[in-house]
Amino acid sequence: MAFSAADAEQWIPRLRRYAIALTGNREAADDLIQDTLERAWRKRGLWQPGSDLRAWLFTVMHNVHVNGVRSMRPMESLDDSERGAERANEIPAAASAESGVVLSELRAALARLTDEHRQVILLVGLEQMSYAEAALVLDVPIGTVMSRLARGREQLRRLLARDAGAGGPGLRRVK
Amino acid sequence: MNEQRLHAYVDGQASVEERREFETQLAADPELAERVRAYQQQNEALHALYDPLLLEPHQLRVPVEPRSHWRRWGGLAATLALGIALGYVARGSLSMVGASAPIVREAALAHAAFVPEVRHPVEVVASEEQHLVTWLSKRLSVPLKAPSLMAAGYQLLGGRLLPPTQSSDPAPMALLMYENAQGRRLSLLIKRESTNRETAFRYADDQGARVFYWVDGPLGYALAGDVPKEELQSVARLVYQQLNP
Repeated sequence: MAFSAADAEQWIPRLRRYAIALTGNREAADDLIQDTLERAWRKRGLWQPGSDLRAWLFTVMHNVHVNGVRSMRPMESLDDSERGAERANEIPAAASAESGVVLSELRAALARLTDEHRQVILLVGLEQMSYAEAALVLDVPIGTVMSRLARGREQLRRLLARDAGAGGPGLRRVK
Repeated sequence: MNEQRLHAYVDGQASVEERREFETQLAADPELAERVRAYQQQNEALHALYDPLLLEPHQLRVPVEPRSHWRRWGGLAATLALGIALGYVARGSLSMVGASAPIVREAALAHAAFVPEVRHPVEVVASEEQHLVTWLSKRLSVPLKAPSLMAAGYQLLGGRLLPPTQSSDPAPMALLMYENAQGRRLSLLIKRESTNRETAFRYADDQGARVFYWVDGPLGYALAGDVPKEELQSVARLVYQQLNP
């Protein structure tokens, strides 16, 4: 089966969930996905028919994102707190009222992580990719995925524990 | 090393044997158990925070035509945003979109968005059924019931709350998900209807998802699934019977 635009479009909600979580910004995410879809269409001959289309699209998006981040260097000069605040303003409202406070803390904490840590946490924790798939998408060895995951999660835990106050639980029940 | 096993356990990527071994370790190490719980909660919170995005209308598509061309049609695309969001379900038959009831769109979107989720298709699992029903009833401000579909071979997996998709109708919706022994899933979408009347079963078929829908008192129901029409219809009847004993 050759590459089909309709098949690729089925994955847009998933690409979008990841891109918004990654960039913290709807507009940047939609631009990123549009560029990704364009590139995927141009390079559709490189997709191996029968292989995992989701993983391939995420790989293309990762490459587009890395190139984009590189060309947007000035962004990096913002300090962490500014960047966190900027991101927090632009992400969607919390899913449910009773968990709103905690979810906004998660959002802010996530924004403080490095891109590399955030990518792995989202691909594995949100997109539910296997470690091998995440390694493929990010073009790094599995060992690197594991060490980024370990460091990222631990940092996230500390940030959330700190926000929750001394001795408080990192996160209350989501439900 | 231990660290690797910990994450494989948290992410459900450990084998049954590895799980069992790790759980023995967990029982003896409260500090380790606390970290595991924290990481599991991170995953759950990520879903609670970002899953609603799966249902959001968007105007993105593969630019099969050169860019300048589709850019020009951007305005049209915006007005059809939800239609295009459905496009991935309906595989492009936009004519259908205008004709179908909102609940059909919503059920098809929700089904397409959440059924592929292997580990997190639901927010609250079926083992907490009473909690699930109470929670969803409270959020929809109307008493709900989760019909038992065991007679058709479908077991309740759990449910989730969905954000409203239309500004004209800002009420949240409930989604219950069922699964049979073959791993096939059906979604039952429930939302408040202002009409407060009864309708017959209606059917919408759009390649991506088949949907039976009806209104029963204050609630509208839409059952969506990728199963043959006849099977879906008999399950829809069962849902109706279960709710009207």
